[in-house]
Amino acid sequence: MPIEYLKETPSQTGGPYVHIGTMPAFAGLEIRQDEQQHVIPGPGERVKLVGVVWDGSGHPVRDAMLELWQADSAGRHNAPDFSGWGRAAASSETGEWEFDTIRPGTVAWRDGKPQAPHVSLLIFARGINIHLHTRLYFPEDEAALAADPVLRAVEQTGRRATLVAQRVEGGEVPTYRFDIRLQGEGETVFFDM
Amino acid sequence: MSHTTLPAGGGSNFGPGSGGDVIKRDRSLHAPAFTPGYKTSVLRSPRFALVSLEPGPGENAGPKFDAKILAPLENDLIRNYAKSGEAVGERIIVFGKVLDETGRPVRNTLIEIWQANAGGRYRHKNDAYLAALDPNFGGAGRCMSDDDGNYFFRTIRPGPYPWRNHGSDWRPAHIHFSLFGDAFAQRLVSQLYFEGDPLVPLCPILATLPDKDAQDRLVAKLDMKMSVPFDSLAYRFDIVLRGRRQTFFETKPEGH
Ligand SMILES: [Fe+2]
Repeated sequence: MPIEYLKETPSQTGGPYVHIGTMPAFAGLEIRQDEQQHVIPGPGERVKLVGVVWDGSGHPVRDAMLELWQADSAGRHNAPDFSGWGRAAASSETGEWEFDTIRPGTVAWRDGKPQAPHVSLLIFARGINIHLHTRLYFPEDEAALAADPVLRAVEQTGRRATLVAQRVEGGEVPTYRFDIRLQGEGETVFFDM
Repeated sequence: MSHTTLPAGGGSNFGPGSGGDVIKRDRSLHAPAFTPGYKTSVLRSPRFALVSLEPGPGENAGPKFDAKILAPLENDLIRNYAKSGEAVGERIIVFGKVLDETGRPVRNTLIEIWQANAGGRYRHKNDAYLAALDPNFGGAGRCMSDDDGNYFFRTIRPGPYPWRNHGSDWRPAHIHFSLFGDAFAQRLVSQLYFEGDPLVPLCPILATLPDKDAQDRLVAKLDMKMSVPFDSLAYRFDIVLRGRRQTFFETKPEGH
């Protein structure tokens, strides 16, 4: 008889009111009103990440909630002075979301070789049965991107660009735009890791 | 539940209580992305296959939350938004254990819940359902699991509510929940339902799951022994997150 393990609890959509439990002030609750989960304080170069999640008909997903996870500027996770984690709500009007964080450092992959600097993102929304996992890479270091083991795991080379943000001119701090396409032309790469 | 408990894995560089890689997610236990019975999924489901990879150091680690962020009443939704009195509705306790696939308790992990009030109305700027708001009910709760993985909330049983899908479908009474575990790869957001609710078998969102067994794992069971006499009914709901593979032999990275 095979050894039995417990079965993972099945995922269900976060639904349109996901903010009540995760970002209550955004939902309109009169609690935790000073919370700024999309701002991740810590030592390092400040950067701004902005974007929209698009559905398969080219319309913004205005009820999306995103979570970010990243290393600190020295490439460490769970550093004592940097949580590495944040949450942002898409605007109910435009679908735009924004993170205000620091530029991540280089984290080694499983084989000890460097990954290109990136942040990991999870996307929750009505109609998404199990959260989608993607990565935002920074465009500047082309050699690091070309050598990145996770990007190289995307067999269709033309799809790798969906994971690289674009530098936007202007802004007080370096700003990167990252459009996430759930379906259709230019569909973003999502991971099962 | 019959299962084999494995010892904690060694060789960790991810802090106490953790072991090797997070075990691959068994996608057959979850809904596919494209579930046309739940219409909103049609345009929000990727068409390409997910790119599968073993987790790296970032996926095996995850955010840490300190119990200090919690206010004293955050797990008591009957009182945590009280203005002039307690929330209206059927008083319930929802409790259980957070375990991983290998049967180990998931300790000190943040659990967030949110739900509609007893009339099926959410306190959210975008909910326009005609049922009234309860001035004493916010619908948000948080707690941390304890050292044995146990958690509990007190709340009111949420009402069912209509939503536009095949005309007016009705959601069964449900509580949304969110957990982190101790790895980014263990993240889980889902919904719990209540034993005996006649709307459960009619729900298009629950029906996105692959089989009855998966659906049953989201149904909280009435527990009369834990019910508080003359106060609250109790529902038991255990939650299972992905586990970690034991590190039998270390594969040493080259260089570095
Ligand atoms: Fe709901």
